[in-house]
Parts: sequence; structure tokens; C-alpha cells
Amino acid sequence: MSHTKYLIVGCSHAGLTAMETIRLQDSEGAITMVTREETLPYSPTILPYFIAGQVPQEQIFLRDQAYFDKLNVTLLKGAAVVGADSAAKTIRLASGDEIHYEKLLLATGAGATVPPFPGIENVRYQVVRDLNDALKLRETMNQAKSAIVIGAGLIAMHSAENLAHAGLKVSMVVRRKVSLFAYFDVAAAGLIEKIFEDNGVHIATGSGVAKISPSDGGRCVVTLESGEDLTGDVLLLAAGVRPRIEYLEGSGIETDAGILVDNSMRTSAADIWAAGDVAQAPQFFEPGKTVNATLPNAVTQGRVAGMDMVSDPAFKPYSGSSGLNTFNFFGHHAFSVGLATIAEPTEDIEVNTTLLPSGLRYQKLVFQKDRLVGVSAINAALDPGIMRELIRRQTDLGAIKEKFVSAPLETGRLLMSKLWR
Amino acid sequence: MDKSYHTIAFYPQKCNGCNDCIEACARINTGEVSPAHSRIAIVKDSEDGSFGLALCRQCGEPRCVMDCPAGALSKNEDTGVIQWEETKCVNCQLCTLACSYAGITYNPVTRKVMKCDMCGGDPACAKVCGRGALEYLTSSDLYDKWGDMEDLFVPGISACLGCNSELLIRHTLRRIGPETVVATPPGCVAGVGSVGVNGFTATKTPVFHPLLTNTASMLAGARRYYNRIGRDITMLAFGGDGGTADVGFQSLSGAAERGEQMIYICIDNEGYMNTGVQRSSTTPYGAWTSTTPVGSVLRGKTQDAKPMPVLMMMHNCAYVATASTAFMEDYYAKLDKAVAAAKHGMAYIHVFSPCPTGWRFPPAMLIEIARKGVETNTVPLWEYINDGNEFHFTHSVDNPLPVQEFLSLIGKYRHLDADQIDHIQKMNKRRIEMLKMFSEQEERRAS
Repeated sequence: MSHTKYLIVGCSHAGLTAMETIRLQDSEGAITMVTREETLPYSPTILPYFIAGQVPQEQIFLRDQAYFDKLNVTLLKGAAVVGADSAAKTIRLASGDEIHYEKLLLATGAGATVPPFPGIENVRYQVVRDLNDALKLRETMNQAKSAIVIGAGLIAMHSAENLAHAGLKVSMVVRRKVSLFAYFDVAAAGLIEKIFEDNGVHIATGSGVAKISPSDGGRCVVTLESGEDLTGDVLLLAAGVRPRIEYLEGSGIETDAGILVDNSMRTSAADIWAAGDVAQAPQFFEPGKTVNATLPNAVTQGRVAGMDMVSDPAFKPYSGSSGLNTFNFFGHHAFSVGLATIAEPTEDIEVNTTLLPSGLRYQKLVFQKDRLVGVSAINAALDPGIMRELIRRQTDLGAIKEKFVSAPLETGRLLMSKLWR
Repeated sequence: MDKSYHTIAFYPQKCNGCNDCIEACARINTGEVSPAHSRIAIVKDSEDGSFGLALCRQCGEPRCVMDCPAGALSKNEDTGVIQWEETKCVNCQLCTLACSYAGITYNPVTRKVMKCDMCGGDPACAKVCGRGALEYLTSSDLYDKWGDMEDLFVPGISACLGCNSELLIRHTLRRIGPETVVATPPGCVAGVGSVGVNGFTATKTPVFHPLLTNTASMLAGARRYYNRIGRDITMLAFGGDGGTADVGFQSLSGAAERGEQMIYICIDNEGYMNTGVQRSSTTPYGAWTSTTPVGSVLRGKTQDAKPMPVLMMMHNCAYVATASTAFMEDYYAKLDKAVAAAKHGMAYIHVFSPCPTGWRFPPAMLIEIARKGVETNTVPLWEYINDGNEFHFTHSVDNPLPVQEFLSLIGKYRHLDADQIDHIQKMNKRRIEMLKMFSEQEERRAS
């Protein structure tokens, strides 16, 4: 059995960030990273771009082998973890090998959810969670003329756009009234959907899937609850993700939807941390824990976990999960941070919305008393990172709130220029 | 040891919002002057008229790099610059969400992100800024060059919090190295433990404690001994202003006149700080000390400070310079010349040395005060090289800040009235005019 001081399972953003954070403080302690992937680490976020042919395969990797060698980190590829024993401090790989650790980080990510649609077992469908999925999808796409995408999140939208770029006729199935409901309100989502429609992507909203059935030539038919039939050569499921936690059965580590962690990313078991898409962590705006499967969140959590694992004196606890993402589509750009979907003001919530549909521009600022709590924007000149930081720091805008509303770009920059230390 | 990097510093108080930097940035990157293409942005606070900066900080733990799904951003280990590779970028803009300072932004014209690349080591924004609001700082080179050298001054000495002398001694000994004999006459430097506490010295070189009166003559003798036995050992004095300009002056003057081989560093904190803040001959006009009190009659010192470095220049020393710890690159360059000059004669460096304890200011303000002293022309930085009779300023004395910007930071000047401030401003001007005569003479000779 091999032994390592730090063992990191999973090699995407959370795992990598944790490793780099540990190395800043401990330049010698043995670090082993294991990944079920056969390749160097890559980001699931790159896959829709890879599908569209925007990035060649050799360019999708985040780090090369020389990088791990230089940092003296052992990278075990093709090594899926099948079990963990928190008492003996070991993990078991599919190969049967065991690794003994002193400190363990679980960053195993999330897999695609496959909802139990009636008839799903009779058709061929695709997902995009890892490189193999993406390679399979590219192959299928090459012989296809049309595609159906089920889902309303960013992966669904990104994939739909990239399938359209590849020349396919794309239809989307969105069960809710609008897409991207986690990030945008109805007005903003409507604007985005219009841009998709203008670019030839059909979006069927407000109706779930009634059944899925095979059609001739390997095609499939998706019948909606509304009665509408959609036919496509490719069926892509992008209906959400599910933390990969099956291997933890019997390990004694507490799980819910994901691995339950506290604000230090510690799990219920001693010397075991979890971060990224697999973790279910405290929230920023309200009590309770949630899985936040976004890239920036994975990096934040990976950094917190790494700092705690190495007892970094600069450690600061995780400030909590909240929505945040950027979205670039058909030459337009959008982002959303915090409580950006609140549509109506309440007693202490103020909503300031600017909508210029002609210019395809939208901007929404949400305040709780004198603090910014949410921003969403489409084609607006704003700095997403500054908005995010003002929300995270709960900066009291007080006297300059009006100025901020009238000139959020300049005022935000000025504030961060002054607050930056 | 990790590497330290060059950086672009912003001094908001010097900015007037002319936007030259923005145009220069856009032009060098795209050939156009549209601010849309600028990687640097200056924003004005309409309330108080101050300015803020949005520019890449080239972070040590860059969040944009960590958040990039495409590996398009990386930190260059040699230059410290966060590099953006256009061919790898998928335009997801997650980096713009990662940066808290608008250091990487979306350009709606090119429809791509953009960020500062420091123009490959010659930033156009800093070059074009005529007011010094943006400055390209290369002082990290000192750290890279000398940071690994042994600190020859032990930790745990008993200097006051924020002591300029301690900082200065650590830097100086690093540069000059262990083949040195150090003399520290009575004063703060000796008092903090450099010459011994309970039988141990704080310097890792030979050190001795001359009388207040004879530092230069004792070093002269020691050097002559080493010359006789054929060893090239540097003689180094860290004297206070009292041990240098007051009671120690006759031995220093004599050694300078004889051209004794040594580096004499005067750490001028403008008074007797370790014995209760008494005035010395270098205490400036108007300053409060315990012997130039502020009351109903007296308003601080009534005489001007002795122009010690000029006096030493008049002794035909091999090398004379003034220095400030806010300008360390300048100091290191001068130390190099002093080391060379002390092979054949006396090198004298007069270091402006603000003292938090005796001058009444918070320790954290030390370097800022050391900087403002220079920028208001209270302490002009210059050097004189005897071999060739060269005199030149090493920091521009044109367009100084008003002297109040220096005086107002310091408790010992708090009581000054308008006439006194006016006097100080006039004396600063006169000092520059006098020094410029040496400088002009040099120019005339050169032309």
C-alpha cells in the first residue's frame, strides 16, 4: 500500500486549486492526485467549445505533466476510486490498489442527471460531462442534421449554441416557463431566448417531456406534455448534474445530495475534506447547504479546503455558496451574481432594472437596504468580478448608492480601487 | 526563495485625470486611441475629486488563472506577468468574474477580453505619465539580487517599532558583506544592541563601540592595520547625527581631509533620539525636541540644520551622497559606488532617517515620510564623485510637492505657524539653488 501526506481525488478545478494552495505552504509534503480520467486534467466547462471545434483536443488541458513534476506531485491517471475507509485512512482504487493518506480531499465532481423520462431506455442519448462524452457527441454530430437538447441550464444553452454553430438544426426542451431561471429573471431570460431563436435555435418552454420514442434511422422523437413532437438525429440530455458519491457508501462520511461539508470544507469524517461539484456546502444568503456545480465555486472551495488542509495562517472560511456565472452566446455576453433573479421589490429589497430590448441590453441591480446583493446583465458595460466582490464583502454603499445605480461601472471600479487591500 | 517582480505603482494624489495613460495603452496595443482598447482605466470620484485605478495587479495567486477553463491564462515565472493566450481563449469571460479590480475586462469592439501585459517590461502608461502618478517600479530586482544573501544583523534587537536605522543596517550589511569591521558610536544603533547585550553582539561581523568623539579616527587606525597585514577589509561606520555632526565632527573632518579608507554612514534622525529627543546641529528649523520646546515663547528650534553632506563634499571626500530608505534602488546604487570609493578614500553617505518615536508619527508612516521628504525637496537626493568632480541629482528636484505635505505628517512640526512654514519652504528653495550651482557647473564642464 502506498502512503501520501495529501491525497486529492479528482483533478479538475477544485482538486487542482487545492493542490496549488497546499504547495504554497508545504513545498515538500507528498501530494498524490488521482483521477478516473485517462488524460491530463481538463475543465468540463471547456467541453461545449471542444464539441464545436473551437478548441483542438490537445489544447483543452489545464496543466501538463511537467507542471506536476516540477511541483513534485504524483498524478495517477485512469485511477477511479471505488471505496474509502475513514477509520483506516485509506482509499481503494478500481485496480484493487489502496492508498493510505494523512489528509484527504474528495473532489470527484458531478455526473450528468438522467431523468426517468418514459421511453428513455429505448433511444440513444448523449450527455456532456467528460471528454469521452464529448468525443462521442462529436462523432454522432458529424452524421447528424438536427438535435434536441433537454435542459435549461448553462450547459444546455452552451451545447445548443455550439450544435447550432456546427450546422445542426437545434430544438430545446425547457420544462419551466423560461430557461436559465437560476441566473436570470423572466425578462432577461426572454431576451436571451429571443437571441437564440433569432439564431435558429427553437426553444420550447413551459412543457415537460411526456415520452421519448425511437424513430427511423436512429432518430428519436420527444413528445412534450403540450402534445408537440420534436424529432432529432441527436438527443442531448443536459438536465442537471448529480454529485459523484456512490463510492462513499459505507464509508461513514455523511452525504445528502452531495458530500456534506462545513465552512472549512471539512466532511463529517476526520481529516477528510470535500470541494467542488461533489460538495454540499453552506449558502451565502440563507441557512442550509447546497450543491453549487459551477467553476468559480469549485475554485473557491478548493482554495478553502487546501488552506485548511495545510493549516495556512491566512485561512479564511468559505463565505458561502451563491449563484455566479458568465454566459457568452452568439456574440453577446451576460453574467449573473447573487440574488439576481428576484423580480419584485419587497420591504427591504430594492430592484433597479434597465431594459433596452432594441439594443439587446439589460441590467439589473438588486439591493438589500444599502448593500448590493445581486446583479445580472446582458451586454452591459460592467465588471462582473467587482460586482461579485462588492456582494461578497457586503460593502455598505450608504451615501454613494444613488451614484452606484446611475454609474455602476465607474463607481464599482472606484470602490475596489480604494478597498483593494 | 520566490522571485519578486516589477510592478506599476499608482499614486492617486498625483493624478489629474488627463487620460494620457489610457490613450497610450490603447495606441500601443491596437494603434487606435479609443479608450475601449485600453487595459488601464482611471476613474474619478466626483465627490472628492480623487482618482481610482482599474488595472491588472499581476496577482501572486491569480484568481483569473485559477478560474480559466481553457488554460489561456498563466503567470509567467520570470516576469510575474499574467499572460493571456488569445489562441487558447474560448471567450467564456469567467476571468472577468474572477477579478475584483477590473484587471481583465471585456472589450465590446474586439469581442474579446484584454489585460495588461506590462508592455513586455516597458509600460507605455507609466512612460507617458508626466506627473509621476504611474510609475514602473523595478526595485524588486534588489530583492531578487540580495534577498538570498545572509542578513548580518540578528533578529530580536531592541529597536523601536518602525525603526529606520534597523532597516538601513540590514540592507547595508547585506550589500557590503561579512568582510567588514563595523563601528557604532553611542547612539540609537549601538543602543538597540548592535554592540552587545549580555555578551553577544547583534552584528555577525566584527563590531566595536568607539567613543562619541573618535569613530572616524578609530576606523582609520583599524584600516591602516589591515592594509599593513595585506587584507582588504571594509571599514564601516553607522553614526548618528550627534556622533557625526556634533561631537564626532573633528575626528570625521580629520579623517576625511586625510582621505582615510572607509564608508561613513550618517543615520540622520535629526536629534539625540535614544537619550530623550534632544536637539542636535542637524535638527531642522522649527522642529520640536525636548530641548527646543514649544510653549508661549519658544516655537521649536530657531536655527537651521547644519548642511552636513555639503560640508563633507567640501572636504574632497572620494564619494559623498544623500539617501532615503523610500528610494532603495538609489541607495543600493550609491552603496556600490561607496564600496568602490572606500578602496582609496572616504565615502560618506548621509541618510535621511525619520524616527517614529522622536518625531511623533505612527511607525507605519515611516517610508511615506521618507518619500515625502525627498518629494518636497526637504531632502534632495544627490551624489558627488570626487574622481571627475561630478555632482548630480539622483531624483528630480523640479516640481516639488508643497512642504506642508511633508510637515503635516510629523508630530514635531504640528505647532508650526505660517511664518515658520514659509521659512522652511524658503530654506528648501535656497538649498536647491545652492546645489544646482554644483550641478550646473558639472553641466557646463560637460558641454
